[in-house]
Amino acid sequence: MSKTEIWQGTLALMILKTLDTLGPLHGYGIARRIEQISGDRLSLNYGTLYPSLLKLEQEGWIVSEWGVSENNRKAKYYKLTRSGRKQLEREATEWNQTTAIVARFFAPLEEES
Amino acid sequence: MRKLRAWLLRFKGLFLKDAREKELTDELESHLQMHIDDNIRTGMSPQEARRVAIMKLGGVDQAKEAYRDRATIPFLESVVQDLRFTLRQLRRTPAFAVTATAMVAIGIGASVAIFAFVDAALIKPLPYQDPSRLLYVSETNPDIPLANLSYPDYLDWKKLNTSFESLEVYGPRGYPISTSTGMEIVDGARVTAGFFRTLGVGPLLGRDFQTGEDLPEAPRTLILSYASWQKRFGGKQEIVGQPITLDETPYTIIGVLPQNFHFAPVENAEFWTTVNPIGTCFPKRSCHSLRGIARLKDGVSIEAALADVTRIAKDLEAQYPDSNRNQGATLGPLSHLIVGDVKPMLLLLLGGAALLLLIACINVASLLLVRSETRRRELAVRRALGATRMRLIRQFVIESLVIVVIGTIVGLFSSQWAMQMLKGLIPIGMLAGMPYLNDLAFNSRVVLFAVAIAGFGAALFSLTPAFRLASLDMREGMAEGSRGSAGKAWTRIGSKLVIVELTTAMVLLVAAGLLGKSFYRLLQVDTNFETKHLITMTIRPPVSAYGEDPQAIALGRKIVNEVKNLPGVTAVALTDLLPLTYNSNTEWIRFAGREYSGEHNEVNHRGVSSEYFVTLQAKLLRGRMFNDSEDQTKPKVAVINQTLAKKYYPGEDPIGQRFGDTQLDPKSMKEIVGVVDDIREGTLDSDIWPAYYYPFNQNPYINYSLVVRTAQDDESLLPTVADAIRRIDSRISIANETTMMARVNNAPTVYLRRSAAWLVAGFAAVALLLGVVGLYGVIAYSVTQRTREIGVRIALGAQRSTVYGLILKEAGALALAGIVIGTGCAILAASLMRKMLFGTPPWDVTTLVCVAAVLGASALLASFLPARRAASVDPISALRAE
Repeated sequence: MSKTEIWQGTLALMILKTLDTLGPLHGYGIARRIEQISGDRLSLNYGTLYPSLLKLEQEGWIVSEWGVSENNRKAKYYKLTRSGRKQLEREATEWNQTTAIVARFFAPLEEES
Repeated sequence: MRKLRAWLLRFKGLFLKDAREKELTDELESHLQMHIDDNIRTGMSPQEARRVAIMKLGGVDQAKEAYRDRATIPFLESVVQDLRFTLRQLRRTPAFAVTATAMVAIGIGASVAIFAFVDAALIKPLPYQDPSRLLYVSETNPDIPLANLSYPDYLDWKKLNTSFESLEVYGPRGYPISTSTGMEIVDGARVTAGFFRTLGVGPLLGRDFQTGEDLPEAPRTLILSYASWQKRFGGKQEIVGQPITLDETPYTIIGVLPQNFHFAPVENAEFWTTVNPIGTCFPKRSCHSLRGIARLKDGVSIEAALADVTRIAKDLEAQYPDSNRNQGATLGPLSHLIVGDVKPMLLLLLGGAALLLLIACINVASLLLVRSETRRRELAVRRALGATRMRLIRQFVIESLVIVVIGTIVGLFSSQWAMQMLKGLIPIGMLAGMPYLNDLAFNSRVVLFAVAIAGFGAALFSLTPAFRLASLDMREGMAEGSRGSAGKAWTRIGSKLVIVELTTAMVLLVAAGLLGKSFYRLLQVDTNFETKHLITMTIRPPVSAYGEDPQAIALGRKIVNEVKNLPGVTAVALTDLLPLTYNSNTEWIRFAGREYSGEHNEVNHRGVSSEYFVTLQAKLLRGRMFNDSEDQTKPKVAVINQTLAKKYYPGEDPIGQRFGDTQLDPKSMKEIVGVVDDIREGTLDSDIWPAYYYPFNQNPYINYSLVVRTAQDDESLLPTVADAIRRIDSRISIANETTMMARVNNAPTVYLRRSAAWLVAGFAAVALLLGVVGLYGVIAYSVTQRTREIGVRIALGAQRSTVYGLILKEAGALALAGIVIGTGCAILAASLMRKMLFGTPPWDVTTLVCVAAVLGASALLASFLPARRAASVDPISALRAE
């Protein structure tokens, strides 16, 4: 797996989680939210978000709809679908397992000491 | 599933470009606005806010680009671009587009149409169960490769063989039936009971013949062909069990054959009955009237089966030396019997079509090459701007695909038309003998063939320019007015291609010439009688009324007299077998007063009425003809043909000599009273056999043909003659009313050669045109390339005639190479089609010289136009143009 593929996968997971937590949201909102959650440690190039959103939409995890923002701006809102929610659960479990395994490799070797 | 959905959406994205672009622009715009709003809220100036927002987005166009890649399939997207570009290019050069697609269409149309015939006749299996195990089985002797079986021989072969699951026989037979227009003879066949079971064909309605139903005492049964059931009995279900009277014998209809059933050896037989061996012929071993089919046992090879029947035939020969001397056995796949005649012709035509396809492909390839040359600068610029080599090659691939696809579609439609037209050209009578052509159609094999050759064409067309592209030097391509090595390289490749084209054209022209000459030779064959203004028809009086000899003789006389009295008729005669039919109805004769060791002196014999030779206008060489009073009360006489006289009476006067059957039975002895010129009894391409003629009145029969010599127009007299005969007795059946000329022209030997000659000539004409156009293209291109050189030459004082010579020499060298190589290839190709030739050797000098002259003259004509342009080059403008 190349670095971009990992990034693509995690970005998709972040988008799904964001939509799960906040409900329907536009691209700009999602980008800001991801940056906020990461404590501004993640500097996101906002442009990369849109291909990811499109991919998720093509795969049927999310749907989009034009709406009006809190500042009365026309914006395209993305919403999690039912299958998208299931996908999020699956991916979250997988993510936790993966990180747990990777974490064990870096943890101090307690048993042997 | 999800992935597939995503791909489908991306594929759909290819076509929804405008709406998607607008939506993306809107979305990114709203994104920027929201970001700018936020930035302003944090205290930035509007300009600063916008700059930061765009930076954060990573650039509007970059974001759009990334989005687009995901929205569609980038590879396909660029293919679509190339496709649009190609179509635009083709629209801009309609002459090129039309020429190239037309050439592809001609090549594919011709080959697919011919292939469909090849498929229907040679590839498609026969409509029988496991047809590869079916054989034809027949006797053979030194004179007749495929001789009929006699009934006693058949019974022995059936009993003694160890190779066949079953062995059955069949024979054609006509049945007179009464219709609204009078008595008519309907084609039929008689078969042994297991015939259909051997083929593995079951009836559509009713039942098959049962074992024993082909014995003399069995009640007569009949199975109808599907066509006959529809045409004569209205397709009624209750037909099974109905009685029908044929030939004054009652039959019961027991079944109807399926619609797709056909059996070419008995053409369009409507009535199928059993053999029922009664009469004078069946008990005799020497009376050969049946043909055999067999199904091989599992695990037995054709060779083993042949050895088996050959052994049986040898045993029978030893057992019955009189009747079975030299009677061997032969067999082969049933399909060979059915399509044997047309196979060489179809393969020949397929070869012709393939050559035509080749020449068309080469022409298109050269056109594409020239085009790629003229686009060198454009390509160099695109390379310089960063297009990959693959991308440029893909452009060529797509261009050739577009040409091939359009050409193939047009070609397929025209081949459909060509197939129907070709089938329409086959005379009805011959078509009946080719029932396998009924399902001539586009099937999966034909379509596969079309796709295969289209694929080959596409590969060829895309590879040639792509190959050239590999050697493209970018700098050179960009250089202003460069006409360097690349142009010369094209001329080199192009001239090689032209040589191939001219060679191919030469091969086709020679083939057409040889076939045409063979056809001419065939029609020039001396029949030794006058074929013009001669009417022929088959007559069949009812046995009950005319079965006895005196009645038959009286009827014969009456018919001859009545018809002779018709206005426009000059002479009339009867014969049991018309001339130009086949060498058949033979007899083994023995000469009185000579040693005899049992050899078979096989000769044709024909029973003819007294005015026969006068009617045919055959030349009497010695002695006399028959006279009408020579009947059974007078001594038996015969007129022999010249071949018999030369073969059996060399250096002797045959007049007054006597001959008879192999036993010299006194009743069979005949005295020779005359020698007549060799009337051609067999087909035009077969040998003249010895023959003797005997007076109808001395041995009458009741199935005969009438020959009528007319003063002028023969065809219009046909109904008059038929009416005159029906007036004598309305129970007389009449069939095959036609003229001798029509019989000659529609005879398979003549027809096959004529159609082969015409079709190959058509191919050759197109090939010549394409080859000459190709030559013109190369020379014209070369002249354009050499304009400057020619200008310099003229400026330095070269004469116009020198310039002509320069260009014509270039063209002449190509044409000469094509002609020389073509001559060699043509002789080779002609040797392969020797079977189709008649009286013409494959190396026929006149044909080769004529074809070379035609090709040379056409080449000269094609190069004359560019040469004139070269000679009229204005040196000043030619030099300035650089």
